Amino acid sequence: MAMKEVAGSGVIMRSALGRVRGLGTARSGVDAWWAQRLTAAALVPLAIWFVLSLLAHLGADRTAMAQWVGRPWNSVLLLALLIALFRHLALGLQVVIEDYVHGEGARLVGVSIMKAVLALLWLAAVVAVLKLAFAG
Amino acid sequence: MHDVREALMAGRASDGRPVRRPLSPHLQVYRPQITSTLSILHRITGVGLGVGTLLLVGWLVALAAGASAFAAVQWFIASWLGLILLFGWTVALLFHFCNGIRHLFWDAGYGFAKPAYHRSGWLVVGVCLVVSLVIWAVGLAVW
Repeated sequence: MAMKEVAGSGVIMRSALGRVRGLGTARSGVDAWWAQRLTAAALVPLAIWFVLSLLAHLGADRTAMAQWVGRPWNSVLLLALLIALFRHLALGLQVVIEDYVHGEGARLVGVSIMKAVLALLWLAAVVAVLKLAFAG
Repeated sequence: MHDVREALMAGRASDGRPVRRPLSPHLQVYRPQITSTLSILHRITGVGLGVGTLLLVGWLVALAAGASAFAAVQWFIASWLGLILLFGWTVALLFHFCNGIRHLFWDAGYGFAKPAYHRSGWLVVGVCLVVSLVIWAVGLAVW
């Protein structure tokens, strides 16, 4: 990364090649930003489907609920929801931690612990859905 | 000084005394506006929904674990504390959902004029409250 002082306009933090191409970084710099938007867009229909499904099953007993989760398309959509939701949540919480936790060490530890906890919760939820999917 | 960037925070008061520059925005004198209020609410509801995800995971795991575990989770959700948490989760989800769509429009380059983002902000508040109440009215009527 070449940092170049241009008269009157401060430091430009772009590679020379990137500036020539007008792309800024070599594109990986926007990965987290882009993933946050993609998962947000995926969560729009998935959240509507999930909330309406829950409403339709109010008062249902465990057997009915387990059968509902176990139906192939419901399992697939639930897994898709869990993937998009946990990725979106991890990216969002990372930004929050990075904004408020100062000091490189504490920030690294905070983000790592958050991601480890989310990974375990995510795996637990995924295994639960898979168990119900393969139960019937 | 722990970080070289803190050098930018060094300044002088009008009497020449060296001071640490104040951070902006100055929250103690900051008049809340629809824009800034919804912005911080987006973050707060996002973190809140993260905590609410524990409920989702607990519910799924209990469902897979068996009858007694599921009965315990159902009992908790149907308790007063559970219902209050679930209502908060509904409002937070709807707010984050609607305001998230507002953010996606901004990302696509729409809605940056001052009247537009004021209107869309109040629209988000209205839709969030109305749909939350409709969901709970339907829910309580069915349940």
